[in-house]
Amino acid sequence: MIRVVLPAHLKTLAKVSREIELDVPAPLTQRSVIDALEARYPVLLGTIRDPLTQQRRPFVRFFACEEDLSHESPDAVLPDAVASGAEPFFVIGAMAGG
Amino acid sequence: MSGVRVLVGTRKGMFILTSDGKRKAWDVKGPLFEGWEIYHAKGSTVDPNRIYASQNTSWFGQILQRSNDGGATWAPVGNQFQYDGVPGTHQWYDGTPHPWEFARVWHLEPSLSDADTVLAGVEDAALFRSNDGGDSWHELSGLREIGSGASWQPGAGGMCLHTILESPIDAKRIWVAISSAGVFRSDDGGVSWAPKNNGLHSEGIPDEDASVGHCVHRIALHPSRPDTLFMQKHWDVLRSDDAGDNWVEISGNLPSDFGFTIDVHAHEPETVYVVPITSDSVHFPPEGKLRVYRSRSGGNEWEPLTKGLPQENCYVDILRDAMAVDSLDECGVYFGTTGGQVYASANAGDSWEPIVRDLPAVLSVEVQTLA
Repeated sequence: MIRVVLPAHLKTLAKVSREIELDVPAPLTQRSVIDALEARYPVLLGTIRDPLTQQRRPFVRFFACEEDLSHESPDAVLPDAVASGAEPFFVIGAMAGG
Repeated sequence: MSGVRVLVGTRKGMFILTSDGKRKAWDVKGPLFEGWEIYHAKGSTVDPNRIYASQNTSWFGQILQRSNDGGATWAPVGNQFQYDGVPGTHQWYDGTPHPWEFARVWHLEPSLSDADTVLAGVEDAALFRSNDGGDSWHELSGLREIGSGASWQPGAGGMCLHTILESPIDAKRIWVAISSAGVFRSDDGGVSWAPKNNGLHSEGIPDEDASVGHCVHRIALHPSRPDTLFMQKHWDVLRSDDAGDNWVEISGNLPSDFGFTIDVHAHEPETVYVVPITSDSVHFPPEGKLRVYRSRSGGNEWEPLTKGLPQENCYVDILRDAMAVDSLDECGVYFGTTGGQVYASANAGDSWEPIVRDLPAVLSVEVQTLA
């Protein structure tokens, strides 16, 4: 099981109040995590990445293990600590505005 | 007992304001979808309990919400707006080709004959239809592919299809308006389209009388005279008496003919309302006085309606979808401001009262008249 933390707006949409536990088949990548998220919560389709191009939305970021993984390839393998559930995978709404 | 339900879309959520037929005491529900921009929400005239709402943020994109119980509960429906085929390009602000990219739904127009059919006007400008209550969407791509699409250019707010009108006597006749392309009409249910901008003059474009390229802000019609259309353009207020084939200016004695919104009295097809805004570079009312202008002669002769509206130090804007009318015996008129006030008149504009103040900036106002 891996742990995923969503930003507040997406928690509301998905009707979850805390971090999510997901069973994601190996290899664990950004793509496989988002695939699993969208499969369990179809309402999130299009909110994290473009449904056609699969590109991450510009104001969405992916953090894990105190690193910004947003610019990594969506098929790059995520850290072992995320795969083991020791560390969560964060979906973040980027800071913006005044 | 009759009543009204006012659907208010704001920068930070949606509000539902309800009252009985007297329109004195109001119940305010909201914010719904708090923190999200609600560009537009509109109920079906076939089934008033069916309401559609467009929910969006720049962070997380587009969500479409549907209520089947008059706004008491909501559920997300389909949010996949895929352009038909290879969408090609339109002009970018600098004149270079720019790929058509979906950004948001600006306007939702439920069908006049079927509660499950709804049209969506989107940015980048295109028209989508759902026949299953919003679960799935398909583009009416004949509009975007009429040939001039590659030359369309966004206005400052984006290249949006913001107005959709269905003829009340001919379901196959549809008008849309796009900033900055103009008015287009289909007479075959949205399959094929033609520009309807003859008579428009726009100093801000290279050819002032071009067939497309005009920044039309909103069009409106009265159900009893569907061939008569009223338009608030970037500058100029106009009317057409031949379903958009030809337009004539009716700005008359308005203090400014710049503005965004325009609407028609529910029972008097020649009574029209606009809210003049100072200019394209100064988006607040002239002299800081919030005045609705009413013409009872179909244009040219306008009277200011000021009773109950701030007549000093008012520097709000009234956006294109932020005015609506009810159809109670004495027509009610409603509008919202970027300062977060929603004003209502229960006497066709003679006097006004704020229903609410201090909401987030109001993007849209729609009214349902309830039996």
